[in-house]
Amino acid sequence: MSKIDAGAGSQAGAQAAAGAGAAGSQKGARATSRTSAKVIDRIATGVFYVVAAFFILLLASITAYILYKGALAASPELLSFVGDGVGIQLFNTVYLVFLSLLVTMPVGIMTGLFMAEYAGSGFFVAITRTCIEALSSLPSIIVGLFGFLVFIQMTHSKWSLWAGSLSLAIINVPLIARTTEDAMRSVPRSYYDGSIALGASRWQTVTHVLLKASIPRIITGMILAAGRGFGEAAVLLYTSGMSSDVNFHDWNPLSPTSPLNPLRSADTLSVRIWSLKTEGIAANSQQIADLAAAILILLVFVFSLGSRALGRRLQKRMLSGN
Amino acid sequence: MRIKIRKTLIVLLSVFLLGFSLIGCASTSNSGANSSGTTGTQSQSSNLSGSISISGSSALYPLANNAATAFKKDNPDVSITVGGGGSGTGLNNVLAGTVDIGNSDVYATEKLAAAEAGKLVDHKVCLIGVAVIVNSDIAAKVNDLSTAQLTAIFSGKTTNWQDVGGPDEQITIVNRPSSSGTRALFVKWALGGQSDVEGDSSLQTDDSNALLATVGNTSGAIGYIAFSYLVNAGPGVAKVRIDGVDANYDNIYSNKYQIWGYEHMYTAGQPNAQTQAFLDYMTSKTMSTQAEIMGYGTISKLNAAAAASR
Amino acid sequence: MASRLRKWQTEYLGRTLVTAFGLFVVVLTLGILGFLGYKGSATFIDYGHSLTEFLISSKWSPGEAGQSGSIGSAVFIIGSLEVSSLALLLATPLSLAMAIFIAEVAPQRLSTTLRSVLEIFVGIPSVVYGWIGLAVLVPFIADLFHLNFGFSVLSAALVLALMICPTITSVATDSLAATPNEYREASYALGSTRWQMIWHVKLRAAIPGILTGVVLGLARAFGEALAVAMVIGQSNRFASSLLAPTNTLTAVITANMGNTTTGSEYNDVLWSMAALLLAISLLFILLIRVISRRGQAS
Repeated sequence: MSKIDAGAGSQAGAQAAAGAGAAGSQKGARATSRTSAKVIDRIATGVFYVVAAFFILLLASITAYILYKGALAASPELLSFVGDGVGIQLFNTVYLVFLSLLVTMPVGIMTGLFMAEYAGSGFFVAITRTCIEALSSLPSIIVGLFGFLVFIQMTHSKWSLWAGSLSLAIINVPLIARTTEDAMRSVPRSYYDGSIALGASRWQTVTHVLLKASIPRIITGMILAAGRGFGEAAVLLYTSGMSSDVNFHDWNPLSPTSPLNPLRSADTLSVRIWSLKTEGIAANSQQIADLAAAILILLVFVFSLGSRALGRRLQKRMLSGN
Repeated sequence: MRIKIRKTLIVLLSVFLLGFSLIGCASTSNSGANSSGTTGTQSQSSNLSGSISISGSSALYPLANNAATAFKKDNPDVSITVGGGGSGTGLNNVLAGTVDIGNSDVYATEKLAAAEAGKLVDHKVCLIGVAVIVNSDIAAKVNDLSTAQLTAIFSGKTTNWQDVGGPDEQITIVNRPSSSGTRALFVKWALGGQSDVEGDSSLQTDDSNALLATVGNTSGAIGYIAFSYLVNAGPGVAKVRIDGVDANYDNIYSNKYQIWGYEHMYTAGQPNAQTQAFLDYMTSKTMSTQAEIMGYGTISKLNAAAAASR
Repeated sequence: MASRLRKWQTEYLGRTLVTAFGLFVVVLTLGILGFLGYKGSATFIDYGHSLTEFLISSKWSPGEAGQSGSIGSAVFIIGSLEVSSLALLLATPLSLAMAIFIAEVAPQRLSTTLRSVLEIFVGIPSVVYGWIGLAVLVPFIADLFHLNFGFSVLSAALVLALMICPTITSVATDSLAATPNEYREASYALGSTRWQMIWHVKLRAAIPGILTGVVLGLARAFGEALAVAMVIGQSNRFASSLLAPTNTLTAVITANMGNTTTGSEYNDVLWSMAALLLAISLLFILLIRVISRRGQAS
């Protein structure tokens, strides 16, 4: 069943290629239409450059706006790890997203594998896939309250990094599962056939060939998931709390005020931004929020560049290893 | 190469498992620390430890947060976490036992069924006044509104500033959500409980800072907001007198200005030692001075008539 | 023989593991659906409201503290549909063009940088989008159309489109890049221009992936609250035009969830709205799938 699935995409593609080739050769028969095809090609390319330029300009101006406002607010005191400084939140953000990805990635990838290779292609899978997709349309606050009910109220615990990262995983597992599934399905069928022909088992083929070929797209999924984690406020508000009581001289993960303790309450950069923007009444609350937003942008940018580089290296190493 | 990858995987997996086991340990040690903290404080209250968690009202959040930081300096062994989320969240959480203190802008009976509200103990910690604000383009001509004019505006009967002595400009009402504590205070004490405040051109904002920005950016806009948000507000908005009375705490203390309410900290039953100490700190002299700087009022300054009005 | 046995063991183990995870997520998903359905039904069971009142009426004043009022949510339902569809209509062509540019047209170095730049925008908190919208876009719309204020369906859709563009573009770019190179070569060999190759070959082969991006974008659009709430005006009435304010389901849920208590009518109706939101987005996703199947078949 799944073999057919895996091949379905490429078959459709092959038909499309043949179709286009036919279209191309028909047109090629008449010189006038060939020149018009070339003109259309030029126009299309021009349109793409214009659209891209517009988009880039828009994104660049927003980035510049946020960074500029952040730079205006920057001061050594606000960049520190004590008092009003945003250092604590920066640490919390990175730590929480890390914890969350630790759960999200294995579960998401496994689910994606299941959907692409083992679940068959029946009605049940179609329904499940749709449900998983719909799940990501839930307002964050609903997921937050669900997480609060399950991870905090039912376990009789308090706000914690762990509860926050698990709730975040609820949002992100669907995303990783879908991107993994899509990526696996789009691996050319010849890879699969080749591997099986060489005597590999299905599991070996799936993990060694299909999964490896899918790494770049899974990385994209991971970056998007992490981005959601970096930017999420409403989910964490109810699960990981809005303040942190941290002692940066205590690195024993068992101690209640240790930065590493996953059971402590923690506010991330975006939760801090949210609370300052909505509830802040201090004279400098808007400035702190602007600074935190600028730092967050830089963080996401570095993370995105870094994980792409890592993904490329990982894939190169894995492919050369085989 | 392949062995290397397998090794990396094994290392990662063991780190993961180690993390889980550590978490297991941490959870037991954590609860142990908490319970010992509580018993310790009962014997000697001068040396407090344990934890306090607070959530609820966004209007009270800045003050609670400020108080927590100051309290922590005096009691370094107490771990305090403060969250906002809204009055309903505070009441829900304190009822469910997930926080020690639930903050609310309104009496619990206004949000909860009587049976549930009965389980909570009310601690009034300060006052909050609500002011009517307008966009600064209106302020030059309209700086005073009567209760009747205000009611007419917010019920959508008066739609042009000309009718209340202002310029020929459309009135844009900026509301808070209908479940908001600030809105409840405003409707009850400024509009005499009249609930129909959805004017034809009314806008609504989730939070007070967005309300400030919306009133400040929209010509002909009118809204209402807690005093605490006006302390550091920009020049885009201006306060309006109600029936000739300025919106400030002196007028609230002397029972001249009516749009105000208590800020409540609810506990489920009687609080434990460290929570009681924090509640006492909230109403202490030092904190009252700080609260007034931040735009909150002191309960003990109310005169007899004002106190009797609630 | 031994190696074959081991092979069977890993095969079996792997399959069991993956199936277990898959079923876990399926059960989790169904669990959340059930939870929402259960919480959402209280409005109709405990407070005796009719589904028709909820869907058709626009009279909105739910009760608190055991009181009962009216729960007509038509304004918010229509508002959500308007804003999300408009945002999708604006974002999809732009994102597709951008994805094609990155995957096919742009030089290698530019396209890598562009992808990372795009991903920043997934990580910007909604509240920052909201404040930029409030400070820059809303006054701009008011000036442009000579309005009293710029809070409108259009402002909300623009902010939302900007927020979902990176998601759609990222996923679509991947999908385009993943189409086998032979298609491109075959197409060029048959004498087609780059545009013909993109239009007839690449886009068609990439349709499933592109649609995943669109669906994820749509889901985000339905679920987004903070940014939309700040620029839509949150007016409890139907929008008379794209330039008029209205309100959405998500904005109402987020604005009031924290201010109401569990078990009150107000709180229950917010959960009903969440369940409805999920139902609507299920419907939209199915619709997109059906359309895509038709498109692919032709």
